[in-house]
Amino acid sequence: MNYRSRADLGGQDIRDRVVPEPEGELFHAPWKRQVLALNLAMGATGAWNLDTSRSARETLPDYRSLSYYEIWIQGLERLLIEHGLVGPDEIAAGQMLHPARSGLRVLHAVDVAVTLARGSPTQRPPTVPARFAVGERVRTRSAAVEHHTRLPDYARGKVGRIDQVRGVHVFADAHAQGLGEQPQWLYTVLFSARELWGVDAAQRQSVSIDAWEPYLEPLASATRPASGAGQPPA
Amino acid sequence: MSHEHPPDERSEPADMDLRVRALRSVLEQKGYIDAAALDVLIDTYETKIGPRNGARVVARAWVDAVFRRWLLQDGTAAVASLGYGGRQGEHLVALENTESVHNLVVCTLCSCYPWPVLGLPPTWYKSAAYRARAVKDPRGVLVDFGVTLPDSTEIRVWDSTAEVRYLVIPRRPAHSESMAEEQLVSLVTRDSMIGTGLARALDDMR
Repeated sequence: MNYRSRADLGGQDIRDRVVPEPEGELFHAPWKRQVLALNLAMGATGAWNLDTSRSARETLPDYRSLSYYEIWIQGLERLLIEHGLVGPDEIAAGQMLHPARSGLRVLHAVDVAVTLARGSPTQRPPTVPARFAVGERVRTRSAAVEHHTRLPDYARGKVGRIDQVRGVHVFADAHAQGLGEQPQWLYTVLFSARELWGVDAAQRQSVSIDAWEPYLEPLASATRPASGAGQPPA
Repeated sequence: MSHEHPPDERSEPADMDLRVRALRSVLEQKGYIDAAALDVLIDTYETKIGPRNGARVVARAWVDAVFRRWLLQDGTAAVASLGYGGRQGEHLVALENTESVHNLVVCTLCSCYPWPVLGLPPTWYKSAAYRARAVKDPRGVLVDFGVTLPDSTEIRVWDSTAEVRYLVIPRRPAHSESMAEEQLVSLVTRDSMIGTGLARALDDMR
């Protein structure tokens, strides 16, 4: 096991300017349209879920040197191979060499609008009460995990405050690994910039993440001391 | 890493077109995709689902206090009442910018974005620079967009790490009181609904 996401970029030392772009500039090459459409169409077959596809993309070894739609095409090829839908030899040859897998839901043109309008809601009915309440102080998990997760590195082991309770949602960590939905309470957790970045961070600046309950522990029972920097948001 | 061109454009292999066509052929031959559906998907995001949807939501919130309250309390339902919702906007939350708080939305882990109201994310939203810097140096990012806010304004950054999707309601421009809802829509820029921009000032419209 050495799962490594290369997509977790928050707070990394990247100093490039952010280059604004006019509205309406969607694709900078025709093949990018196709990559988007192929990903959406294959996603709609139900062969994998959204979290699995994020996991496939974020672990591409050369993620950081690829453009966005290169990541999407390589991620798609990988998913197709890993799920036994397409062989590497077929991708290389550009034609079908083996029988197709049956039982997939094919997205037809007439169903696109209704499929997009339905989406894939992740909220589920609660079966247990929420562990945390708005205003409560919590500490995020400090340990790294050996699987897909949505707790960014910069927010690990930090003290924050529950800002919103968002209901119970499909747990991305489990879902990505094919372990089912395992729905968990989801919270918006607010951190001061100083807690995240140290005492020199700007005043009047805060960051929130959306964190599932397993990412959080109550501050009172936290076993590790505070990471030194700053106060949680007032 | 000091290139100025968008990362989306950097040194892509010349054979990408061939590679994508090859994959599409395999998927068609195997019967996994309907070619006509691909065209509908592309057309949907090029002509139907884009930031003008979100601009209509914002303009309505500016003129209709009851709608504004509803939007802030239950973004998904309020937005659905205007006909928008679904993929990558199943759980929508609206964030209101005020004199004292400016909201900015990012996805540091990938490119999560409220598709039904804003369409597909711009190149910069998906770039390493934006994802790295927005959470740590939001004021610096705003400078790249030509936006400077008073020191007294709190900057609140929302990292979209789960399936909640955030839509910023920018501040209504000064002197727009007499404008009708349909005219106000044109003041609402995409970037103002992400938090990297402000709504157009009336001077910009002349």
